[in-house]
Amino acid sequence: MGSHAAGGSQAPPTATAGGGETQRTHVAFIFYPSIGIVVFAFDKFINSHGLLMLLFHTNRYPYVTGTSVIALKYKDGVIMACDTGASYGSTLRYKSVERIKAVGKHSLIGASGEFSDFQEILRYLDELTLSDHMWDDGNSLGPKEIHSYLTRVMYNRRNKFDPLWNSLVLGGVKKGPKGDEKYLGMVNMIGTHFEENHVATGFGNHLAIPILRAEWREDMSFEEAVKLVEKCLLVLLYRDRSSINKFQIAKITTEGSTIYPPYSLKTYWGFSHFENPAQGAVGSW
Amino acid sequence: MTGSMDLPTKGGFNFDLCKRNANLEMKGLKLPGFLKTGTTIVGLVFQDGVVLGADTRATEGPIVADKNCEKIHFMAPNIYCCGAGTAADTEAVTDMVSSQLQLHRYATGRESRVVTALTLLKSHLFKYQGHVSAALVLGGVDCTGPHLHTVYPHGSTDTLPFATMGSGSLAAMSVFESQYKEGLTREEGIQLVTAAIRGGIFNDLGSGSNVDVCVITKGKTEYLRNHELPNPRTYVSSKGYSFTKGQTEVLSTKITLLKQKVEVTEGGDAMEE
Repeated sequence: MGSHAAGGSQAPPTATAGGGETQRTHVAFIFYPSIGIVVFAFDKFINSHGLLMLLFHTNRYPYVTGTSVIALKYKDGVIMACDTGASYGSTLRYKSVERIKAVGKHSLIGASGEFSDFQEILRYLDELTLSDHMWDDGNSLGPKEIHSYLTRVMYNRRNKFDPLWNSLVLGGVKKGPKGDEKYLGMVNMIGTHFEENHVATGFGNHLAIPILRAEWREDMSFEEAVKLVEKCLLVLLYRDRSSINKFQIAKITTEGSTIYPPYSLKTYWGFSHFENPAQGAVGSW
Repeated sequence: MTGSMDLPTKGGFNFDLCKRNANLEMKGLKLPGFLKTGTTIVGLVFQDGVVLGADTRATEGPIVADKNCEKIHFMAPNIYCCGAGTAADTEAVTDMVSSQLQLHRYATGRESRVVTALTLLKSHLFKYQGHVSAALVLGGVDCTGPHLHTVYPHGSTDTLPFATMGSGSLAAMSVFESQYKEGLTREEGIQLVTAAIRGGIFNDLGSGSNVDVCVITKGKTEYLRNHELPNPRTYVSSKGYSFTKGQTEVLSTKITLLKQKVEVTEGGDAMEE
């Protein structure tokens, strides 16, 4: 009975308040159940989202996510690679997504995690590079500055309980006092940031970093760097379930950035032990 | 006269104590922790047999309980098993199956087969529904050739050309996936296994210390304990340490006699019967 009255309470309660006793009871029937509904909805909201959601707009779960990005410094600059897939939970929803973009003249940014947050970050970077360009002083933001900016953005968002759900890789080359300075760093959604010769996000931390730590050398040529990166990408393809066989490699040097078109790697499945696992004991499982 | 009358076993599982444990936990009892082997264990098949490898660190939460434990367990002269997970579980289950295999060898008069060990292990682990937390890499060479299997705590198994288990398995697997090929020689196999274990030791916090290797071929098994020691103590005083008398300052001295001086007095009444 109460809900029926609340459903019909399109007219504001004061409209019928002017009348006599019967009018006022009608108001009560309309007004109190509406409050009941509001209290009920409020309670359910709190229970499912938590009190903080009232005070802060909380980004609790990522929905469309990209998997690992790997990057390393080589002789002429920085090379970055990732696959071109974006998953929606356990579905492979998008297969041609570019998760590495150029920023200004000197940097590349790659992101894993929530893709919409990456697009938002690209908009922030657009605003940043535009306002920097408008100074018209011949200077442009280098990778170190952009990394610092992103760190502040990520950390401040996390402090407001509304993180941008990404792990970002920032790489670039810019002329500095000691000549061409290569820079490669990483920031993640809680604001942890560092600079390294080789970085990886997500599953790359477990599968690619051991290979990079063992085989990375100072001053690798572009071909060697690509071979090393492909080695890591292949392991990720075999062992990361959200990875797809379509990769993009990007490089940045003093000449500028180049994002190569996507391509696939060759996989090998011909081990004799894969062919007939139960050959030692027919009928075993 | 015969002993106690044996009642027929009812079969199935007895879960009487589970409710009691749950009650105690609700009242605030903390269950004792496990000694886990946060681990890197690997195995691979090369042209003449299998090579197994393991690190040697046993952890108890954040503490290293044993710096140099043995994770490659004996099953049969031609079969060895690496164990990850709860140390007691891996030890007990491999010991148990090893004994069963020996009895089986006496009964059949033949060399044990790897699939026998595999079936005994998986049946036991499945029966305990994953509560026996043992993740194993089982390898050996028998009359049907070299075999390498992984056994998971719930009882599922895989037959593979190369396998890794434990917390360092991803680091070790990245080494294998990028460098494994068929028909490796013995030296290449040992080198790849040590590279994989080193990957686990240096990139995983649950693994560390030294590398153990076990090479099994037809008719010969070599257990290379501490094959590589990539974490030596770097700062050791060459003079050694000595603690001479007088080095430590004595603040106070108190002497307590261990044996009380007992005075024996003659006389007195004799003891009553």
